[in-house]
Amino acid sequence: MQKYSVFSLIKNAFSDHQNWEVAWKDPTPKKEYDVIIIGGGGHGLATAYYLAKEHNITNVAIIEKGWIGGGNVGRNTTIIRSNYMHDENGLFSEFGMDLWRKMSQDLNYNVMFSPRGIINLAHSDAQMNAYSRRGNSMRLNGIDAVLLNRDEVQKLIPMADFSDNVRFPIFGGLMQPSAGTARHDAVAWGYARQADSMGVDIIQNCEVTGFDVSNGKILGVRTSKGEIKAKKVGLCVAGSTNILADMLNMTLPIETHLLQACVSEPIKPLLDHVVTFGAGHFYCSQSDKGEMVMGGDLDGYNSYSQRGNLPTLQHVLTEGIAMFPFLSKLKMLRTWGGIMDMSMDGSPIIDKTHINGLYLNCGWCYGGFKATPASGWTFAHTIAQDRVHDLNAGYSLNRFSTGDLIDEKGLGTKTWIS
Amino acid sequence: MLYINCPHCGLRSQNEFAYGGDATIKRPELNKEVSDQEWDNFVYLRKSPRGKHLELWHHISGCRQWIKVERDTSTHEIFKTYKANEAIK
Repeated sequence: MQKYSVFSLIKNAFSDHQNWEVAWKDPTPKKEYDVIIIGGGGHGLATAYYLAKEHNITNVAIIEKGWIGGGNVGRNTTIIRSNYMHDENGLFSEFGMDLWRKMSQDLNYNVMFSPRGIINLAHSDAQMNAYSRRGNSMRLNGIDAVLLNRDEVQKLIPMADFSDNVRFPIFGGLMQPSAGTARHDAVAWGYARQADSMGVDIIQNCEVTGFDVSNGKILGVRTSKGEIKAKKVGLCVAGSTNILADMLNMTLPIETHLLQACVSEPIKPLLDHVVTFGAGHFYCSQSDKGEMVMGGDLDGYNSYSQRGNLPTLQHVLTEGIAMFPFLSKLKMLRTWGGIMDMSMDGSPIIDKTHINGLYLNCGWCYGGFKATPASGWTFAHTIAQDRVHDLNAGYSLNRFSTGDLIDEKGLGTKTWIS
Repeated sequence: MLYINCPHCGLRSQNEFAYGGDATIKRPELNKEVSDQEWDNFVYLRKSPRGKHLELWHHISGCRQWIKVERDTSTHEIFKTYKANEAIK
């Protein structure tokens, strides 16, 4: 594989950049693989990469019905954080933070990781108490957390509404300074390029239409490009999980919902951090191009449409204007939607299933992007060793029947009603 | 914008409604021994199909009645709406 560096850039400039190697090939599927990963998004590509790198399993195919990176890894707001209270989520995400910090070097691909810090605003004394508790829990797990008072928040984000007559005055906030953002497409492409170079077949425009299961064991998958045998199969398909589960006669603790995001026209550098509104569901950061990147609530009803509805967008931006009044002056540049695998306790599932050789990775709710490396790493471990790693032991499929929920937000089963 | 034909009030915009989820889920009968599996199915497990989905909506800013709506989850087309106690055809 061609190494990307300033020297290769200069060298290729002499040939008008016409002679770069392709970043990944376009192979026809083999008859059989050791492992098939369904879903060529961030998690699937990362899983294939770590299978090859950490476990030396390279006879692997990624099967993607569209094009790689065309789903949620290309449809998010690029936020990376580990500001969780519960041990399972905190330790898992902080492990991921380490992988994020090394990712550009590790993949030889600039993912533009920008640890600019995330600030969760608090709008009441009770919320300050809750944030103080969460911050302390984070610090016990070795995650950086700083409780900010109103003045400290105002120094960092003076453009927020600090006037006297507001419905939700800012009392302070909880900050994780090491959190940040990354270039989402580069994450998918970086993982794809490395996985491909280690022998993984990336098969695009190939839709899974069924599974071959016999005597409780997976034998392969049926696809639009024919049958492919496999010893092990991993599902990494986010919002499409229920469609595949239905082919396997499985019913999961997941509903598929639509989440929208949008960007404004680009403006000069203004906002240095990721900021979340504490009295509703709205978050905002500024991209390197200057656009304000914003997101918030789900559309609120089961949806596979990958396209948003205006009432929700209007609701979310109303919250945005309550937090940052200047947003009302901006024009919207683009909006988009992705379909989320909303689990019943708001936490993901990375586990084996009752079918031998079939593994499940789903339930990412609002937080799939930041989990990409840790999800891929632990899922690769679970597939390769046929047992869960300590880091994803809590993300079991049966926790809903045993009662060991990881209910980070205390919302109960309807995580989409907040 | 979805427009939902409330069987009590007529055609209204989605802004008047709150979503109530899958309408095919049945609560286990009261005063009956309920297995963990039955309870698990009722509380957590959902088919969440792509395509036709029978769901509950609450006309919260209207007549405040719960209704059932048959809607396509990928196109958002609404085929039929029912009163909560009406038989599904």
